[in-house]
Amino acid sequence: MSTEAPEAPAPEEPRRGTLRSSKGRYADPLFKWAVAACGTIVLVLLALMVIRTTSEAWPVFVKEGFFGFLTGEQWQSGNSRTEITGTYGAWPFIYGTLVTSAIAIAIALPLAIMVAFYLTHLAPRRIAKPLSYTVELLAAVPSVIFGLWGLHWFLPNVLRPFFEFLESVLGWFFLFEGPIRGVGYLSAGIVLAIMILPIMTAIIREVIAVHPIDQRMAAYALGSTRWEVLRKVVLPASFSGIVAAAMLGLGRALGETIAVLMLIGGSQSWSTSLFGTGSSMASHIAATFGEATPESRTALMAIGVALFLVTMIVNILARVIVWRLGRMTGDAAV
Amino acid sequence: MSTMTSTPPRKHVPLSQRPPGSSYRRFKDRGATVALTAAMIIAMIPLILIVFEVTRRGIGVVNLDFITATEPPPRREGGGYAAGFFGTLYIMALAVLMSIPFGIATAVYIVEYGPNRLTSSIRFFTDVMTGIPSIFVGLFVYGLLVIGWGSLGFGTFAGAVAIAVMMLPIVTRSAEEMLRLVPNEMRNASYGLGARKWQTIVHTVLPAAAPGLTTGSMLAIARGIGETAPLLLTAFGSGLIVTSFQGDPQGAVPMQLYKGATQPFEAGIDRAWGAALCLFVLVLAFTVLARWVGSKASTNA
Repeated sequence: MSTEAPEAPAPEEPRRGTLRSSKGRYADPLFKWAVAACGTIVLVLLALMVIRTTSEAWPVFVKEGFFGFLTGEQWQSGNSRTEITGTYGAWPFIYGTLVTSAIAIAIALPLAIMVAFYLTHLAPRRIAKPLSYTVELLAAVPSVIFGLWGLHWFLPNVLRPFFEFLESVLGWFFLFEGPIRGVGYLSAGIVLAIMILPIMTAIIREVIAVHPIDQRMAAYALGSTRWEVLRKVVLPASFSGIVAAAMLGLGRALGETIAVLMLIGGSQSWSTSLFGTGSSMASHIAATFGEATPESRTALMAIGVALFLVTMIVNILARVIVWRLGRMTGDAAV
Repeated sequence: MSTMTSTPPRKHVPLSQRPPGSSYRRFKDRGATVALTAAMIIAMIPLILIVFEVTRRGIGVVNLDFITATEPPPRREGGGYAAGFFGTLYIMALAVLMSIPFGIATAVYIVEYGPNRLTSSIRFFTDVMTGIPSIFVGLFVYGLLVIGWGSLGFGTFAGAVAIAVMMLPIVTRSAEEMLRLVPNEMRNASYGLGARKWQTIVHTVLPAAAPGLTTGSMLAIARGIGETAPLLLTAFGSGLIVTSFQGDPQGAVPMQLYKGATQPFEAGIDRAWGAALCLFVLVLAFTVLARWVGSKASTNA
């Protein structure tokens, strides 16, 4: 980027310092190998993650069997240093993860689609950009703040009255049976929905925004209303993008730890009522890790491996769909 | 061709000319507009509520003492999160040193030396890595550094590695986007002046992309500051100011916040709100500043 004036033509002898010097000869390949080595660190890290955690968790899988571990309902920590003496079944935590994520997706996906539609088609141009920035800011808020707010403000002021109403109306239905403890699957799921909404909105907004304007204009020219254009032209065209957004949101919801930990109640059993307390895989690891014996840390590692497997499958599927679309979102945080 | 365009559809009356009220479709359109606007408002409510509540409960707690004093037992009032702030600063400094150079170098490799099979797989797995649960990263670093590899134990370095692993894909992905925005003319001009490839990258491409690289790095820092779960498993938390590089449990603001918020003592909960406000302001400042730098850069280019 220097702006010096070009010097007079060099004399005939071969130019020093560029092509012939040993420094010049090695600098380029060296640089290439250096950056390539940095690049492969990602692959090395991922491989290390898989190998290290799986080998750490191996004894538990050997003792319980992989599927026995996933479906077992008992979690009884032992305190041996050398062998596995307890009973380890991860089903209550898998159930908690699935239920909270399902609640979160069920609430967040329709809302995210609608907000994305609003931002791209309805919002006055002057406020569309600030609005979408504001929604995306929510994605930057640390999850521990969501947990604090959810536990000490949202739960007592909004969710508890809402739950009591639900219980009084639908209490006969097994999903809404009391007693209401406040913390539980539903609380965690609702706060998770708030957390994954901005990520999903951002992706869906991008997918909708690249939809060609000709098709929309053609539909308008045929006399469609705006709703019909959205419903019958834009929505089908961006369907795969919406699926990808849902899956990325699901990946987030599955792995979220702290907010769920603060709102799910932390019991080691599972219940069919949405008001019941439980644990998700991630929250159980975080909650019990500090006081765990070496043996049960091994078992927690096994939960981690199972969680990793599930989130990886979801994420890879989502990424493949997004890559098929041929367009990545610009925001790396998404 | 001409027959198609010259004959208008029969009996077609544009929607705007049909009698009002007779059309169910128009009614549906109105309803959809209302529903979409309502969805937008519903989505904004939690954000407003969080900002409002964190500010209201936190503003009275945050003062100079809060930043300079260490935390008393949870029952007692006063004191502050000095240990957490120090720990966060320490961990973040190490994490930035580890993640940002590697992230940018990875992006340089992907953009300047790709595309080939290696770069596209790196790119794919970087994307996938953004979705790894943070608690799993904590478990991994625990398995790798805390109990493996000479059993380093809990501490600052292990925590920083965990945060760096979380930040790395964010830095790489945003740096990659920014390097792609550098026009090829600049590279060719540099080559035309006789520069080698590495000289072109170091002296032309990277300076040109610098504002964008800053944006990505700041977004990654904003993300890293608030990470809690991996630290629980690697830094382990401490209420005292810990200066050792590795070996002694280290504290951080999000961990102290979590501990304060989950214990049933009013004083501890108050301090947690104060910490939430600090964290919130820090993260938002980084995010907004990053976007501002980014938008400046894109308008200048």
